[in-house]
Amino acid sequence: MNSRALGRLRICDLTGQLAGAGATKILAAFGAQVIRVEDPVTGGLWDILRSLGPYVDERRGANVGGGFNNHNVEKLGVTINLRTDRGQQLFRRLVAASDAVTENFAAGVLARRGFPYEELKRIKPDIVYVSNCGFGHVGPYRNFKSWGPVAQAICGLTFSSGLPGLPPAGWGYSFMDHGGAYFMAIAVLAAILHRNRTGEGQWVDLSCTEAGATLNGPAMLDYTVNRRPLRRDGMPHSNRSQFGEMAPHGIYPAKGEDRWIAIACRNDADWHALRDLLKEPWASDAAYATLEGRRKAEDAIDRELAAWTRQRDAAATAALLRRANVPAAAVQRPGERIDEDPNTRDWGLWPVVEHSEMGEVRVEGLPLRLSETDWQMQRGAPCVGEHNDFVFREVLGLTRAEIQSLQEDGAI
Amino acid sequence: MSARSDADRSGALAGLRVAELASEATAFAGKLMSDMGADVIVIEPPAGSELRSRPPFVDDVVDPEKSLTWWHYNTNKRGVTLDLDTASDRERLRQLLLSVDVVLEGEAPGRLSSLGLDYADLRSAKRELVMVSITPFGRGDPREHEPVTDLTLLAGGGPVWSCGYDDHSLPPIRGWGNQSYNIGALYAVIGTLVAILVRDEQGIGQHVDVNLNASANVTTEQATYTWLVTRQTVQRQTGRHAEILPSLPTQVRCSDGRWVNTGVPPRVRDEFAAVHEWLRELGLLEEFTDRVFLELGMERERLDLSKLGEDVEVQAMFAAGREAMTLIASRLPSYEFFMEAHRRQMPVAIIYSPEETLQDSHFVVRGFPTRIDHDDLGRSILYPGAPIRFTGSPSRIRSRAPHLGEHNSEVFAEIETGADD
Repeated sequence: MNSRALGRLRICDLTGQLAGAGATKILAAFGAQVIRVEDPVTGGLWDILRSLGPYVDERRGANVGGGFNNHNVEKLGVTINLRTDRGQQLFRRLVAASDAVTENFAAGVLARRGFPYEELKRIKPDIVYVSNCGFGHVGPYRNFKSWGPVAQAICGLTFSSGLPGLPPAGWGYSFMDHGGAYFMAIAVLAAILHRNRTGEGQWVDLSCTEAGATLNGPAMLDYTVNRRPLRRDGMPHSNRSQFGEMAPHGIYPAKGEDRWIAIACRNDADWHALRDLLKEPWASDAAYATLEGRRKAEDAIDRELAAWTRQRDAAATAALLRRANVPAAAVQRPGERIDEDPNTRDWGLWPVVEHSEMGEVRVEGLPLRLSETDWQMQRGAPCVGEHNDFVFREVLGLTRAEIQSLQEDGAI
Repeated sequence: MSARSDADRSGALAGLRVAELASEATAFAGKLMSDMGADVIVIEPPAGSELRSRPPFVDDVVDPEKSLTWWHYNTNKRGVTLDLDTASDRERLRQLLLSVDVVLEGEAPGRLSSLGLDYADLRSAKRELVMVSITPFGRGDPREHEPVTDLTLLAGGGPVWSCGYDDHSLPPIRGWGNQSYNIGALYAVIGTLVAILVRDEQGIGQHVDVNLNASANVTTEQATYTWLVTRQTVQRQTGRHAEILPSLPTQVRCSDGRWVNTGVPPRVRDEFAAVHEWLRELGLLEEFTDRVFLELGMERERLDLSKLGEDVEVQAMFAAGREAMTLIASRLPSYEFFMEAHRRQMPVAIIYSPEETLQDSHFVVRGFPTRIDHDDLGRSILYPGAPIRFTGSPSRIRSRAPHLGEHNSEVFAEIETGADD
């Protein structure tokens, strides 16, 4: 059973990794028929996640990558060799039967395979074509390759995470692959909506670095308006509030090894509530009653607060602070937020899917719920070419004999 | 919708009408939709949204019309004020919410039902309405009354655990930019568009419930799926992926003092050859002690990365590629390293500060930085532009954020004449 939401939408999907596959995963969860088209010659390994861990057991290979499974649930998988004439003809039939073509190759790859936007449009006049790569398909860096850590460095997000006097801490994962995927899902849906209204398809040239540059707007305006760059002494200090609007505000050590607690005083009332809990002489300093006073003494307050938190359990102390209406949270480890947090559990955030080779595997669900046409995830990621038969027969109307002949010709 | 706002709106979402109850949670979702051409009406109390009190301010002068945070998150929107302590404005709000396609809200628990305007109330008056809620833990969660900020959401929700330094006596780090709310906003727009497509096809509206804690939880890449599959816990490292096993540093300080990321190291024969050649051109080949492993890499078609950590030789070749890039980066100015590496098809990055991104030639040529006229200040100001380049229905940052109550008479007149007809 599929979500009914996007049941009429068919996506000819050439995406991979997270920045692309993460987008069409969302569409598939809402019921779009997403048909992953992969290269039989490389066994789909253009998407390096296909064969990378984590693994459920000792088996290795293109069908058992844990990350790949996570990013490709509910999709169908076919192989088409675009180097062959018959493969190209088959691909044309698939494009003609699709609403959208999605890809996140380096710029120019699909065009060199014979399918620039103009050609896709010739095949299907109202096709929506969404390309997604680090630098987009236009501009001086259009030929530059990218991946998550490159995209987030170029758009300013890596720089904006760290402590003064130290190298950038950045993001300890491909944050902009997630971001790129979310923007890409929006791009497909908005372009489909536009097509439904106007009858016109289009090409969307998504660039992850550009999309990421909208995620730090006030810092950019602080420069263009006030000429205050973020590259300046003492910056960034990113566990603190970005523009000094809150203090104290930080991540403090807690009892135990590598245990931490985040605390934020949004205003004077939060500080007074915290002060009353601390019951420490230093905290009753009258100068700390105002934000200005607390900011002037922020280093000293942070030191004292750390000495207090260091002796305490992170989760229990955070709960205590929250009961006093002070924002606080333990820095949760993966196991804690996944297996022990009632919020994610009750939300159904970790559904179990059935993968043809891996069996039952838990994956990431979606953080939104639709009251009438919600998402669903039941089927795991497709193995290489797993749905050739179904798609070529049921969707494209080929006969068994034709499929066999394509196989013999190395076209699929 | 009204002819008046139709005239100057284009973009993929032209024709869509959205009412946003102003808040930190809704701001970016509203902006994303208004930048794509939707008519987004942001509704504030007479004293103004709390976001107007957020720094930075123009010339550091605290003024509700000069918050750059308000400015960024409210481009293209129209703004109205309503005093919900009065019955007449409560009725006006009801009319406004029932006149739009989408209601976007992140109100405190119980607030809308106390006004008689929660989803059930509105749906009974308009079945096809789409209502989108963005809240810390999802509507109706037992923790819905708990206070949060971006910092506590990212700490409790997972991203912070993976970010920081090799030295674990330093705290894990939260990156700037209010990303927990940005992520939630992106999911909110996805949900909105799915719901609008469903409405157009099936004639039914629905409630879209976005959970910020859950959004952070599914935005941590392998930290999450490694736990889900193998119950192992990744450990943070300086400026690179948190991993189960430590990996080699990827950030290098260039000769001009700026940091770069050396990206994906060589994996195939041509890439090893390219790095080798680059070392030679720079006269660094003799100095590079692991040269023999680079040369070994040039003899293989490709490294099997799934063998990293198992096969000593693969490990040594992979490391040599990374270290060669490190040596080269340390000897060149950052921009030269960046351009030269890409000329050789190696994906590396300069770690730009946000203002440097906005000035980089690539972004300028693509038309990303966008100048907006500020009639209120008698100057024009450069903004980050639209995130998505739709070639057929371009997004555009057309106008500055609204002043407090700027569009009251215009919008209220539309409601009275039945804007939804």
